[in-house]
Amino acid sequence: MAGTGTAHLRDGDDILLRVEGLTVEFPAPGGNRVKAVSGISFDIKKGETLGLVGESGCGKSTTGRAIIQLPPPTAGSVQLNGDELTDLKGDSLRLRRTDIQMIFQDPISSLNPRRKIGKVVAEPLDVWGPASKEEKRAITDKLLEAVGIDPDLARDKRPHEFSGGQCQRISIARALVLDPSMLICDEPVSSLDVSVQAQILNLLGDLKVDYDLTLVFIAHDLAVVKNISDRVAVMYLGKMCEVAESNEMYSNPAHPYTSLLLGSVPEPDPDNEIDLEIVEEGDLPSPINPPSGCRFRTRCPRADEQCSAEEPQMVQIASDHFVACHHPLIEPQPMEVSLAND
Amino acid sequence: MPDSATAQGLRNEPLLVVEGLKTHFKLPLGMVKAVDGVDLTVDRGRTIGIVGESGSGKTVLARTIMRLNLGANVFTEGSVRYAGVDLLDVPNKKMREYWGAEMSMVFQDPMTSLNPVVRIGRQITEHLRHHLGLSKEEAKETALALLKEVRIPEAEARLSAYPHQLSGGMRQRVCIAIAIACGPRLLFADEPTTALDVTVQHQIMNVLAREQRERDMGMVLVTHDLGVVAGRTDDIAVMYAGKIVERASTKALFDDVKHPYTEALLRSIPRTSHLSHTRLAAIVGRPPDLINPPAGCSFSPRCAYAQDICFSEEPVLQEASPNHEFSCHFPVGSEPNREAFEKNVAKAMPQAVSIRRHEESLAQLGGEI
Repeated sequence: MAGTGTAHLRDGDDILLRVEGLTVEFPAPGGNRVKAVSGISFDIKKGETLGLVGESGCGKSTTGRAIIQLPPPTAGSVQLNGDELTDLKGDSLRLRRTDIQMIFQDPISSLNPRRKIGKVVAEPLDVWGPASKEEKRAITDKLLEAVGIDPDLARDKRPHEFSGGQCQRISIARALVLDPSMLICDEPVSSLDVSVQAQILNLLGDLKVDYDLTLVFIAHDLAVVKNISDRVAVMYLGKMCEVAESNEMYSNPAHPYTSLLLGSVPEPDPDNEIDLEIVEEGDLPSPINPPSGCRFRTRCPRADEQCSAEEPQMVQIASDHFVACHHPLIEPQPMEVSLAND
Repeated sequence: MPDSATAQGLRNEPLLVVEGLKTHFKLPLGMVKAVDGVDLTVDRGRTIGIVGESGSGKTVLARTIMRLNLGANVFTEGSVRYAGVDLLDVPNKKMREYWGAEMSMVFQDPMTSLNPVVRIGRQITEHLRHHLGLSKEEAKETALALLKEVRIPEAEARLSAYPHQLSGGMRQRVCIAIAIACGPRLLFADEPTTALDVTVQHQIMNVLAREQRERDMGMVLVTHDLGVVAGRTDDIAVMYAGKIVERASTKALFDDVKHPYTEALLRSIPRTSHLSHTRLAAIVGRPPDLINPPAGCSFSPRCAYAQDICFSEEPVLQEASPNHEFSCHFPVGSEPNREAFEKNVAKAMPQAVSIRRHEESLAQLGGEI
């Protein structure tokens, strides 16, 4: 897309979150507007994991934050279980928001360094949870154990006494303490070593089953996103390029941008041919003045006049595979064929 | 000047020979053995990858070779021979003749390694004027050529830009331009792309590879990501707890892994060729305490193959084949290794179970696609 359209949205009762036409803009100097997210739509089924990928500045984190109304989006609708979150204000919004929790990229700075771990994890309960101290303690301990932290050792320590991976576990425990139905993970493993990254990804996979969670997983590492996601959405400069079931997306990328991203993933294989010719700076255009038509056209090898004149719309090219591109890498298949493949 | 030393003879000697290098930091809690007996050789025009987790000592190793570990609490032992001179004996003031001109470094965070209040142009010309004695105009011209060489668009305009006006990828290009400005023979790149997007990472690694080839530099690439070094290095040294635990040519290392730690690092990387939801083989636990390292093999508490001997007796580096060394009692791929693994799975040792679950998940999902 860098285009718009809602062809990829699904119907059904099991849709937990439905986002339509989400737009987030920030004021910039000189009366300009930074168009961080421009009219994207997606939905997530109960128990599904949606991976959001793209480079820095593509609006993936802003999208995650707009879901929990931090800040509320400039336009568009965010429906959780059919309730419109953008209409809520004040206490009713705060109460509804407990159902969606978030974990952040930098685990150490997202924990208050002056507080003890027991307090950090129990804080959501102080606001919304049971009043009795014993109950709070029991819930906190249970969650710390679930994320692999010994509550008796950790309770009275402070965040600096833990490694990055352990802090991320503690953040996860804090996010789960109010028993949310949805967890938004914003680059949760990108500041961790590969070994710890694998631990956290496995943990998220287990917790998702144990606690009946629906995940939005935001990351720039495509291999990580593939590992954890059921469905992947690729974003570029505030627009959505491609949405597909994750194995399908990685074996048959249809958008030139997806293909560029996949080609850049370093594979741990010495026989892998590396294209040494790619040295040019392919910087993102400014989100204040995004390119006309398809926003990816300035970096796209397939771009032509149509791409600058007309914004591509989401179209279906296979079952559960949608792309917004005038010149996709794979031709749309007749639907009978893709149904037969199901 | 070091130039004369390299010009005369010594052509046959490798560019850099590190022997028995130890770097220890004295802290109130005790002595941190960050680098503990490392041997390393870098030949002209070769690229060496140093791989390990945070805290394995890879950055301290690179900084010790560059003589960047300053402070009264740093204790260094061994030798770092560069072009016939032991750098550990060179006085600090004299090191200035080496930095930039003979060896230089590209750091992880391009924002903090550039001076935020000095224009890009001056940050490059500073070195050129000092080391090469160029005039102002000559230095400016060379700086412009360097920016073009690392493919910075609108290079002329960028000379007068400040670092905050550039994106992360562009800043790292500037850092590379500064590092190669005076034609060093040895370039260290310490996690040069960790803070960058995959697409930018690919570009930056290509810029480094091109410069390395064209200038015939020796390059040391320090990273935690085996994926980054896979197609881009000639040799790889894997570090754990301040020691090199396996060293081989890149191809041999990936084709015939011997050390369980190398294998574990490789296995814990999620791959796009694996199906979604493949269970990852995480390395359990954390890197060891470098003040009181465990007895025996330092990897034993996290190793899926560890037996009694591993906890008491430290394995020494042994040769698997010429130019392939490792230190392990139960090398990967051997019969004792398989037996040790089965024993540990039977004992429900978490690290062995984690690998078994990864294998089962791969088999169940149909493995590679």
